[in-house]
Amino acid sequence: MKPAPFDYARPTDIAEAAAILAEGGADARVMAGGQSLGPMLNLRLAHPRVVVDITHIPDLGGVDDTADAVLLGAAVTHAAVEDGRVPDVGDRVLSTIAAGIAYRAVRNRGTVAGSLCHADPAADWVTALTALDACVITYRARGGRMIPIDIFNRGPFTTALEPGELVVAVRIPKLSRAARWGWYKVCRKPGEFSDAIGAVLIDPERNVRRAVVSATGGRPLLLRDDDASADAADRALASASNRFDAIDRQVHRVALRRAFAAARV
Amino acid sequence: MQRTDARATGIGASVPRKEDDRYLRGKGEFIADIRLPGMQELAFVRSPVAHARLRGVRKPAGAENAVFTAADLVGVGPIVANSRLPGFKPSEQPVLASGKLRYVGEPVAVCVAPDRASAEDIAAEVELDIEELPAVSDMLAARGAGAPLVHEHWGDNVFLETVVDADLEAIKRTAAVTVTRHLRTARQCMSPIEGRGVVAQWDRRLEQLLVYSAAQMPHIVRTGLAGCLGLDHGRIRVVAPDIGGGFGYKGILLVEEVCAAFLARHLGHPVRWIEDRREQLTANANCREHDYEITAYADAMGRLLALDAEVTVDAGAYSAYPFSACLEAAQVASILPGPYRFDAYRCRTWSAATNKPPILPYRGVARAGVCFAMETMIDAVASAIGKEPLDVRLLNLVPPEAMPFNNITGKHFDSGDYPECLRRAAAAIDLAGVRRRQADARPEDERIGVGFAIFCEQAAHGTSVYSGWGIPMVPGFEQAVARLTPDGGLELRVGIQSHGQGLETTLAQVAHELLGIAIERIMVVHGDTAVTPYSTGTWGSRCMVMAGGAVATACRELGQRLARIGAHLLQTTPDQVVVRDGVVIGPRGSVSIDDIGRTWYLRPQDLPDDVSPGGLEVTSGYKAVRDSGTFSYAAHAAVVAVDVALGAVRILDYVVVEDGGVLVNPMIVDGQVVGGTAQGIGTALYEEMPYDGAGQPLASTLADYILPGATEVPDVRITHMETPSPYTTFGQKGIGEGGAIGPPAAIANAVNDALRPLGAEIGDLPITPRRLLAALAKVGVMPPP
Repeated sequence: MKPAPFDYARPTDIAEAAAILAEGGADARVMAGGQSLGPMLNLRLAHPRVVVDITHIPDLGGVDDTADAVLLGAAVTHAAVEDGRVPDVGDRVLSTIAAGIAYRAVRNRGTVAGSLCHADPAADWVTALTALDACVITYRARGGRMIPIDIFNRGPFTTALEPGELVVAVRIPKLSRAARWGWYKVCRKPGEFSDAIGAVLIDPERNVRRAVVSATGGRPLLLRDDDASADAADRALASASNRFDAIDRQVHRVALRRAFAAARV
Repeated sequence: MQRTDARATGIGASVPRKEDDRYLRGKGEFIADIRLPGMQELAFVRSPVAHARLRGVRKPAGAENAVFTAADLVGVGPIVANSRLPGFKPSEQPVLASGKLRYVGEPVAVCVAPDRASAEDIAAEVELDIEELPAVSDMLAARGAGAPLVHEHWGDNVFLETVVDADLEAIKRTAAVTVTRHLRTARQCMSPIEGRGVVAQWDRRLEQLLVYSAAQMPHIVRTGLAGCLGLDHGRIRVVAPDIGGGFGYKGILLVEEVCAAFLARHLGHPVRWIEDRREQLTANANCREHDYEITAYADAMGRLLALDAEVTVDAGAYSAYPFSACLEAAQVASILPGPYRFDAYRCRTWSAATNKPPILPYRGVARAGVCFAMETMIDAVASAIGKEPLDVRLLNLVPPEAMPFNNITGKHFDSGDYPECLRRAAAAIDLAGVRRRQADARPEDERIGVGFAIFCEQAAHGTSVYSGWGIPMVPGFEQAVARLTPDGGLELRVGIQSHGQGLETTLAQVAHELLGIAIERIMVVHGDTAVTPYSTGTWGSRCMVMAGGAVATACRELGQRLARIGAHLLQTTPDQVVVRDGVVIGPRGSVSIDDIGRTWYLRPQDLPDDVSPGGLEVTSGYKAVRDSGTFSYAAHAAVVAVDVALGAVRILDYVVVEDGGVLVNPMIVDGQVVGGTAQGIGTALYEEMPYDGAGQPLASTLADYILPGATEVPDVRITHMETPSPYTTFGQKGIGEGGAIGPPAAIANAVNDALRPLGAEIGDLPITPRRLLAALAKVGVMPPP
């Protein structure tokens, strides 16, 4: 359980990193905290020719606190969010979710952006940031993009990133004071991957009502406005996936029901 | 045994463990810490399929000399572990497969390189030419007609069928209560923190293989290696260094050990193989997989009349050395009746061969499954007659006045008060209080349940028992060496291996009890075949009884020799002196053991001319008064909350009342009980290695194979009873496994107690959310939407 040989690059600026990624194409992989890519390398599930370590790029460690959003650099760790070392978007939503990710050792190294790029369908940030309507901000040599999460995430372990394109930050809208949110994760024990997650955001001042069900094996199921209900989720799960049997639907429906309850809906 | 004061370090004292100083400071030396000059690493090419013909192995161009296949292992024989029970069909486990592949993960070739990554690079280039065959991965399917055959020449897939027969017809006609259940326990992967590993070196000077192995029975590894390699025992030395947990996993001979030993000699440089977690989960031996079709007959009061069981054990593809494919089923047949008294018992067992790794005994061996089966039946009887399960247990337990008691399968229960143990557990868990809470309003998705398990644990059983079970390895006597050093310290040399049991401490406590030498000055040497007496090793909760007994015998004899020399120095006769507190005391003075040591070794001119030349080094042995074993016993009680919307189970309270006879070190016993209970919780709720129909293992990482962690193990509340065994040196009983036996039964009974008002029942372990929700769906209880 040792990796196959690969080259290791440690660029110190974003353009350099993007150039290495562009040159490497599908054979180049970004590593930030390495908490997913590391095991995949060891298990030889990933065989990159070059691994691009972005944690020595100073610009990626920063945060920006604007009037209506928080921007987290791509190297910001779960632990930094958990500990409140970076701004939250309101009501301790980010720090609460961060504290429930895997184990502290993973949180010390794993990054928010890395989790989005890995795009595990059961991941906490993939779910939570879909509910919070976040965007990723990318760098490309020909110009970066701002991509909403539900567009960025194309399915299990698949994103909209192009070769040579690098996520540099995640932009998360701030909640209004009246916002209510709920989060319910079903997993066998703390720290394990979830079997189902329900996430709910109700923010009347911003006219936002979103519910997300994830760990479905596919992309998170996003329900907006009047469709944001446990019943609608159940109908969508029943029709959306033949991977799901009655027990899977039950577990996901309960996760969302309890997320609604946590949001006092 | 008389208790001494708080500063005491003899028997009964909770002495901090001597070995913990190096463990807690990270200064132990485990297998992966051993680095020898010129050492290279091994990586194995393993079968990607469960069942196939192997037509050829193609070595990568340029790496031919770094890859070894079965054809290269000249003179190496297969691993054979034959049961002596009549009807057993032998298997030959090849060291590297040839001709046929019988499970995913079976080693086919081994690659040698300066480091593991490079060895894996070579392994990735080795090509196997295989013709896949239909696989059989379910034990009941394996027994069925037309199943693919794991070993064609057998004609079926049954290692061994056994029958305990009885005429139950009259009871069947007249019994007021008949309850039948189909129960199943999952295949588990034993998961010590440290996996297996081996470092092998050929010593040219001694013409001897030096094999370091993460093993719990080094002498048995040596015997097994000698057989496979065709070498004299004298040409092999096996050293088990510090070991990070065993539980049975380190109690079999591995083909990887044989390969490493062969290659060290063949290549002329040391080699090592360190098992990684994927190999542990998907390629090495598993445990625990039982299937029960079981019927209990009782009278209207709930008194058991008879038990009728058909039990299948999934033994995997090969009979593993030295416990064989059939220990598990043989044990099932002999211990299924548990601590209960009834009159008629019928049990048929099958040890089925499947395209899965071999099975081996895990802490508690068959008892975890057996206890789950028997205790489920007790609750089923209670449910059938509307009685509290506790009362049905009390009605059927062997009473204290019947001790010692020979049960229906001839087990000789040595001592104890089983009903009192259960009553204390019921009081500690507050059964009446739980029943009241069940009637209270709860959150809508939550149900509370309480469950009990009581069992006895045969341990340190000897020659006649294992001979009767037919396994290749039969323990006999146990020896120990007690050697006084010239400065009055003591070395104990024992053939067992301590890998977490604290035996470096408890054996020193035994010696201290007899000689009074300070335990800081007592060194326990173990795990090295070159310097310790032959022993079957550490397994079967045998060490405190057997090695403890041997240390006591050796120390007593050493004490007699010290007394003779001390008497001379005190100018008196040996019958006038006693050895106590590190001193030989005579009528008019005393002499320290230190002085006696110095005199014997360094100032022999002070000794009398007629002193025995035997010296101050004694090898002596122990065999119990009777070898039927000690029977420790315990009652476990659990309170659980079941989330019926998600199928989740949370343990709210857990109680163990345990009787291990005289406890040598109560703190260590508590640790054994808690650790075992954690593993039992794994069996009950989490651990499962599923295989698909093609025989592929479906849990290849610890993200898929779920082990209980700190958040899943409650504070286990332990109470001890201490009924001495009449048959052991100090009244001690083996107690190493009990913690792991009770939880599946107690937790399953608690879950079923919670589900009973809904009409649902679980009979398959582990109790996963999916199984629990399926059981609710089966009875038409749709959980609230």
